[in-house]
Amino acid sequence: MTSSSILDHAARLRDGLPEGFRDEVVESLYSDAARITETSVTERHDGTKLTLDRLLDRALTHRVWGFVAMGLLFFGVFWFTISGAAGPSSLLSNVLVDYGHSRLHALVAPLPTPDWVTGLLLDGVYLSTAWVVAVMLPPMAIFFPLFTLLEDFGYLPRVAFNLDRLFAKAGAHGKQSLSMMMGYGCNAAGVTATRIIDSRRERLIAIITNNFSVCNGRWPTLILMGTIFIGALAPPALAGVIAAASVVTVAFLGVLVTLLVSWTLSKTVLRGHSSTYSLELPPYRPPKVWRTLYTSLIDRTLKVLRRAVVMAAPAGAVVWLISNVTIADASIAAHLVGALDPLGWVLGLNGIILLAYLVAIPANEIIIPTILMLTMTLGTNLFDAQQGVMLELGTAQTHTVLTQAGGWTLLTAVNLMLFSLLHNPCSTTILTIWNETKSPKWTTVATLLPIGLGFAVTGLTATVARLAGWA
Amino acid sequence: MASTATTLDRLRRDQTATVTSVNIHGPQRRRLMDLGMLPGTRIHIDRVSPLGDPTAYLVRGSVIALRREQARGIHITVEQE
Amino acid sequence: MAEDLPTPSASPPPAANTACGTCVFNNAAQLRALGVDVSGHDHVVALAGNPNTGKSTVFNALTGLRQHVGNWPGKTVTGAEGGFGYRQRHYKLIDLPGTYSLLSDSQDEDVARDFLLFGQPDVTVVVVDATRLQRNLNLVLQILQVTGRVVVALNLVDEAHRHGLALDQRHLARELGVPVVPMTARNRQGLDTLLEAIEQVALGTVATRARRVRHGDDRTEHAVSELAARLRRDHPGLANTRWIALRLLEGDPGIERAVTDGTLDRLSGATPHAVSSETTGT
Ligand SMILES: Nc1nc2c(ncn2[C@@H]2O[C@H](COP(=O)(O)OP(=O)(O)O)[C@@H](O)[C@H]2O)c(=O)[nH]1
Ligand SMILES: [Mg+2]
Repeated sequence: MTSSSILDHAARLRDGLPEGFRDEVVESLYSDAARITETSVTERHDGTKLTLDRLLDRALTHRVWGFVAMGLLFFGVFWFTISGAAGPSSLLSNVLVDYGHSRLHALVAPLPTPDWVTGLLLDGVYLSTAWVVAVMLPPMAIFFPLFTLLEDFGYLPRVAFNLDRLFAKAGAHGKQSLSMMMGYGCNAAGVTATRIIDSRRERLIAIITNNFSVCNGRWPTLILMGTIFIGALAPPALAGVIAAASVVTVAFLGVLVTLLVSWTLSKTVLRGHSSTYSLELPPYRPPKVWRTLYTSLIDRTLKVLRRAVVMAAPAGAVVWLISNVTIADASIAAHLVGALDPLGWVLGLNGIILLAYLVAIPANEIIIPTILMLTMTLGTNLFDAQQGVMLELGTAQTHTVLTQAGGWTLLTAVNLMLFSLLHNPCSTTILTIWNETKSPKWTTVATLLPIGLGFAVTGLTATVARLAGWA
Repeated sequence: MASTATTLDRLRRDQTATVTSVNIHGPQRRRLMDLGMLPGTRIHIDRVSPLGDPTAYLVRGSVIALRREQARGIHITVEQE
Repeated sequence: MAEDLPTPSASPPPAANTACGTCVFNNAAQLRALGVDVSGHDHVVALAGNPNTGKSTVFNALTGLRQHVGNWPGKTVTGAEGGFGYRQRHYKLIDLPGTYSLLSDSQDEDVARDFLLFGQPDVTVVVVDATRLQRNLNLVLQILQVTGRVVVALNLVDEAHRHGLALDQRHLARELGVPVVPMTARNRQGLDTLLEAIEQVALGTVATRARRVRHGDDRTEHAVSELAARLRRDHPGLANTRWIALRLLEGDPGIERAVTDGTLDRLSGATPHAVSSETTGT
């Protein structure tokens, strides 16, 4: 066949070539490029980098200040997000949840619609969707533009540069920190971003650990828990900062877990050394602030919100249905929660939380509304809520519902935060992992490893807390 | 003006050097050459990561971060004033 | 030797410009961003270039889409498609992931390399960073080995000025043999000239004469020519034979695969039916 003989022909010719002919090819290209550049570019003044760039870089990659700046920047982003979102969130909640829900009920009341239809649509679908919008839109509308500004400015590669040594020690690729940071927006995007990693071994490590970057679907859970359980422990003046600190702590734990799991994988099933790579550090570019704000709002924020709404609507329906369809004297939800309760207790959580995580496999965004809805209908019937009606509450009441109707303690809240960090990826991410790896084995590992860790860690904290008498 | 032959990982912050050869093999060699790390290229340290490794070098107008392990494979001669 | 150039086959003689061709000041006004609509396009335009040079920014400016833009290499890992109309024609625009070289086997650069080589776009716009011209030209020169239907978008001119660099784009254009358009994509500066250049290359109204680089010493040069001749004999009509020959000499696994699995046959059009029976579509 001719084609194979072409390869032979090439091999024969190759043998006759000097040792370094490959290099010569690049060298000849470069010398041409150098010559053309010399004749087309003239430097009007000394070509050293601008002093502002230099100063910034010296600060942002400084031995001490580099890390201080990194901590402050990320803390600042979260604090800004949490404190800035509180007002708009409660406003939206008033309008969409309280006012909107009762208005809708009033509107359909005169119509001859069966109860189960209004229940399913208004109390299930509408309320869960409205809740997700109220809770997610404000923080996302603040977080994404801020993150995009940092990204556009050129800060992300500096973080990779600062943290590289840790990733090298963990046997991971130096660019894993970049895909990790993309994961803070969305894990599916983070998994796709691992394509910048060449080595299959290191790419798998990056894919498996991407789930430890807390994605936007999980921020609301952390923020709510941080605000009503942990921030509330501090004096009011400090509450916001403490709440933000608790959220940042969980995110930071995520980085630690990423490094630990990467290290373990590269010492065991994905054995090998961190491979060398070269990372270009782009110049700082002052972002076009308004353009960036606009596009990140339209693009990232609304896209994420749309996904959340699309997921929340059917989930609301499912929760309403399982709370209202009764089998043998109890609703399906009650049966399921009863079955999950023992495991929940061991993990310092409860059956409702575990059931919510089952319902929320398609999207983490709906964890909190599902938990609240189930707690209000299944818990001690304190608010006299209808079956499966989602909350119409502000944060203060949420705290009351969870502690009084749900029997929550600080341990429950802390473990929910931990579990939010450590559980299976959402179905979109699992699908993306499958598409990127085409491997049933690694997709399974990436799905089950985080939740295994979640069980282990929450089980441990629960046991310790109980032995120490804290809970 | 004398010059000393050494490897890139030994370069000090205040020095400028010229690459003499790239003693790295496999795909990374190609990548480094694509980035302009060729014999004859002038190079100096732009900055060092806060944890001591990697180091970012200024190569043909762009800043490229390399881990020490790689820098060791790049032979240079240091220009001395 | 310059006859071996894989430049576009002699294009039709510069046809008289359409009536509109003279209204240079009004070009950008004739841009119609078509978003994701690429139906019934007349030409395929690829955006290539080093990472982080502003390809996605150009893509967004032309299509009106919002492909993610970010200041770090590796931001775009999948190609995006969009459409735009300019004067009477529709163009399909493809935003390729950034690449430093067509010569490496790096996975994230496969998409760009394969598309430029085998996708055969009508026009390739190479977006280059004016502040790092040398390294960017390295890629431009490589692309010129593969196709002559190239427009060089000399982007980030604002930064070059900030850094005190003066650029002589006419000299550059002469050296490269293809149009060079200085621009600041982020502020939509230079878009009109870019559109004009794209149209001219697409219609063949400018004769590009892409520069060729001699590869290494005489022995290498000789081996490349010999293998390229062999390729042309076995695959009549095949483009880029010198480039493919060089890659075969280097033992590039991707290109070797293309030889054995019949991709080259398909491209050369020698045995189109034998191959197309295995693959669906064209
Ligand atoms: N100053 C300046 N910045 C630009 C220009 N074009 C793009 N940028 C910025 O350069 C960075 C990289 O742009 P992007 O389009 O994502 O590059 P790509 O990786 O080639 O697709 C972004 O931060 C852009 O905002 C320009 O003309 N001037
Ligand atoms: Mg891009």
